[in-house]
Amino acid sequence: MSSIPEELSYTKEHEWIAGVEDGLTVTVGVTAFAAEQLGDVVFVQVPEVGSTVEAGDAVGEVESTKSVSDIYAPIGGEIVETNQAVVDDPSLVNSDPYGEGWLFRVRIEGEPEELLSAAEYATLTSGES
Amino acid sequence: MSRSTPLREVHEGLGATLTDFAGWQMPLRYGSESAEHNAVRTAAGLFDLSHMGEIHVTGPQAGEALDYALVGHLSVLEPGRARYTMIVTEDGGVLDDLIVYRLAPEDFMVVANASNYARVAQELTERAKPYDAQVEDRSDAYALVAIQGPNSTAILGKLTDADLDGLKYYAGLPGTVAGFEVMIARTGYTGEDGFELFARPEDAAGLWNALTEAGAELGLRPCGLSARDTLRLEAGMPLYGNELTAEMTPFDAGLGRVVKFDKPGDFVGKAALSGRPAPERRLVGLVARGRRVPRHGYPVTREGEVVGVVTSGAPSQTLGKPIAMAYVSADALDKGGLTVDIRGSQEPVDVVDLPFYRRSK
Repeated sequence: MSSIPEELSYTKEHEWIAGVEDGLTVTVGVTAFAAEQLGDVVFVQVPEVGSTVEAGDAVGEVESTKSVSDIYAPIGGEIVETNQAVVDDPSLVNSDPYGEGWLFRVRIEGEPEELLSAAEYATLTSGES
Repeated sequence: MSRSTPLREVHEGLGATLTDFAGWQMPLRYGSESAEHNAVRTAAGLFDLSHMGEIHVTGPQAGEALDYALVGHLSVLEPGRARYTMIVTEDGGVLDDLIVYRLAPEDFMVVANASNYARVAQELTERAKPYDAQVEDRSDAYALVAIQGPNSTAILGKLTDADLDGLKYYAGLPGTVAGFEVMIARTGYTGEDGFELFARPEDAAGLWNALTEAGAELGLRPCGLSARDTLRLEAGMPLYGNELTAEMTPFDAGLGRVVKFDKPGDFVGKAALSGRPAPERRLVGLVARGRRVPRHGYPVTREGEVVGVVTSGAPSQTLGKPIAMAYVSADALDKGGLTVDIRGSQEPVDVVDLPFYRRSK
């Protein structure tokens, strides 16, 4: 059973979102469950800083030995920061998905996609593993 | 319903991620597949290959039956030796790639891929009918465990008195490993030195645990199918279903050397393969210049036109770049400037000779 921190929000696309409650800027990454499913991540493509995204847009990708997955914007807004460390060392997605492995930050300009609580995300993943 | 190998519980105990492969629940990886890959290149790896099929062809004319049924010349194989070969249709399409061991003068063991061995057994049975030979699918009578990597001999040597130094590549001999009777073969699918151990299913767990213990201080790791796939790709070895299919001949795959036209008598596929035109497409190695990975099924392109298709692709641990095998038209290969359409963007690739990796002896 992979970890699902209580304080984060989640999407059905296996991303986590931090900072939703303050309504300004959110941080986005992929969940530990997703990282385990992917296996060793070897390449991360993050969106460009300054670009504007809509909720649900494919904005990047995470590539592992066996597969590749799109990264979606969980919320509309402007990309204000990306994690160069995870681009340089994609294994951070595996080793610390909720910390050093974060992907990008969005300044919120719209309503988020339907987000899941930790409990709801746990239910979702228990059926997929 | 997927089948399990005799090592299912061992894999679960090791925390393996299991995946369905050709109807079998097999370990995809135990932890980091990169670490598993690197262990085989630098130390040793342990694999469960019990999903593979073993078909025995026995009798006074077993060799002649195989000469007719397969593209190789098996009747001249010395007992104790093995050969890589293929079984094709009348049209020359590859039904499977095989390793055939001659265990005794009148006993051959044909090792076939998990996805194909039922069909191979059926074809062999049909094709052997005119000969004084019997075909028996004994896949359920074998577990198969492989130990691969530069430390394989040192690890296996702790558990057996068999003459491993005298055992050549593509040879096999009966022996005792950790008290279990096995057939020890010096074969593999990783590009490294190593052994494949054909054991009784009830001995599989004991054999696996003995190898794990003997290998603990020599860097042995259990390895899943993910590492097996990247290892064989670096070694330029074809995978049935990717590089080899019934729509391709051995010549299309650049493996025409396995077809022995000069053996006596007819063989299934001979007429079709003799009259074949030169292949229009060639199987080549590609190395991506960027970091995005060309994968199975992606189009190979040149100036916006599709000129081929990727059959296998993965990030290469050893090269530090994405690599792929692909069928590309001979014309486009001559012109150069190839790209792979990676989800809509044309990524430049360089054509290289296979294999991508060759071990230093």
